[in-house]
Amino acid sequence: MRFEGTAHRYGRDVDTDVIIPARYLNTSDPAELAKHCMEDLDAGFVGKVKAGDILVAEENFGCGSSREHAPISIKHAGVEVVIAKSFARIFYRNAINTGLPIMESPEAVEGINDGDTVAVDADAGTITNVTTGATYQAQPFPPFIKGIIERGGLIASVRERMADR
Amino acid sequence: MPRPMTITEKILAAHAGLDEVAPGQLIECDLDIVLANDVTAPIAISEFGRVGVERVWDPAKVALVPDHYTPNKDIKSAEQAKIMRDFARTQEITHYWEIGCMGVEHALLPEQGVVVPGDCIIGADSHTCTYGALGAFATGVGSTDAAAGMATGKAWFKVPASLKFNITGELSPWVGGKDIILHIIGMIGVDGALYQAMEFTGPVIARLGMDDRFTICNMAIEAGGKSGIIAFDSTTCAYVDGRAEREWAVYHSDPDAVYARVYEIDASTIEPTVAFPHLPSNTRPVREARHITVDQVVIGSCTNGRIEDMRVAASILAGRKVAPDVRLIVIPATQAIWRQAMGEGLFDIFVEAGAAVSTPTCGPCLGGHMGILAAGERALATTNRNFVGRMGDPTSEVYLASPAVAAATAVAGHIALPEDLDQEAAR
Ligand code: SF4
Repeated sequence: MRFEGTAHRYGRDVDTDVIIPARYLNTSDPAELAKHCMEDLDAGFVGKVKAGDILVAEENFGCGSSREHAPISIKHAGVEVVIAKSFARIFYRNAINTGLPIMESPEAVEGINDGDTVAVDADAGTITNVTTGATYQAQPFPPFIKGIIERGGLIASVRERMADR
Repeated sequence: MPRPMTITEKILAAHAGLDEVAPGQLIECDLDIVLANDVTAPIAISEFGRVGVERVWDPAKVALVPDHYTPNKDIKSAEQAKIMRDFARTQEITHYWEIGCMGVEHALLPEQGVVVPGDCIIGADSHTCTYGALGAFATGVGSTDAAAGMATGKAWFKVPASLKFNITGELSPWVGGKDIILHIIGMIGVDGALYQAMEFTGPVIARLGMDDRFTICNMAIEAGGKSGIIAFDSTTCAYVDGRAEREWAVYHSDPDAVYARVYEIDASTIEPTVAFPHLPSNTRPVREARHITVDQVVIGSCTNGRIEDMRVAASILAGRKVAPDVRLIVIPATQAIWRQAMGEGLFDIFVEAGAAVSTPTCGPCLGGHMGILAAGERALATTNRNFVGRMGDPTSEVYLASPAVAAATAVAGHIALPEDLDQEAAR
């Protein structure tokens, strides 16, 4: 999987309450959730994000609640991949389970400015800042997690296993 | 001889059918309970529908709790709750609680004996880590993990390394479980325990009652922890005896178990603590926060909505009045706590003081309903999160503290300690 888009860069501890505020959790409709993505951190986010863009953040991205509404709203707002220095663990699981590509690379985050054009090769784990020309290598996923991603998320892999029984 | 293990490693090994496990190992565990609520269950149910099985793996081991937006706040949330209710009925889920019996999930499940010591539990709610106070492994997951758990009775985990918090010495007056955990989060930060299990031990923990222990484990996630845990002892035994609906199992860490880090904490250094906006780690002693005035005080939630919390708040509010510019909202966490508080006469004290007492709900804790803040308003709450917009408008503010500090703050109109009230009255 290769993506290229504009980087939207944020700081550390971006929590699930600012990614999708609880006042919108009375629905699980992805299109509705996408309308309010990042609203309490950057009210202009939805207006400027284009399909194929890349979200970049520092440590502990997605901390807080277990709401899958967070990766769902990010994905449906058009974001192709989230690059962070580190992810909160429930968000990390949720992203893998729901098929939102994520990459961990403190070096890449350091080397990307808001508005840079960034290209990602998710299979090779490489991140290229097209604006500066620098290339970075993300942490590889363990094979077990890679398997879930390759099958298209957790439910697809569980379905396969249940069918084998 | 298997390698020496922590309590967390032992519980995970037992549920994976292995003699031993080590941090970093990817394992698959049998689950004792899978939990979801009215916000996370609808997505879990639709994902469950994609698995290709008709029935949940065991209708007695799925727990569904309508607590976040209930009694329903609007049509949309009513539709979400109905999805869960209909699923509970068709799947013949035994652990579903309707309005009138329900409570905030993390207070309700231990109280009803649904989760027991030695369990391996996942819940589609980040504060599932609360049950660690029983000596169980419990962790929050998303709706998709819960869906897979409902279908298969299993979940995959990376075995976490453990952090040990050994708390010795004597607690100061008005310092309890909430102050201990806020102190720890302030010390290690909101990602200080990322991917790790937090184990709380030592003579101070041994002397704490269950309600304080639940408060401590509840907020492990606020330090990024995968789980929090306190080993089974006579206090745990007295709590679960008579309410556990299943056999329980007791595990203890080996004396030579390996920890990623050991923190030695002298309890006498812990003061009554408040977390300032907008992170639970942004802690300060209450004595440095007296200049902060508040518009609202909330006493409740899965962190501090239990009977001991109600009693502490009532002991401070008795014979006093809530400050004229403050709204005090008291929300007992479960119907049983509500009844008990009523029976003990605590509601008379709250209402005499000028508080509103609500039926159990998460309500304002996550900015759902029952006490939403307007732009620029400030609240002090006994809840667990103070992120931007958590309780309402993005420009509103939430300060986190114990029920004692909350009650004193409601009376004083500014952040206060209980002992401040007498001094102010004497002036
Ligand atoms: S009381 Fe608050 S933290 Fe606890 S489950 Fe409800 S919303 Fe979550």
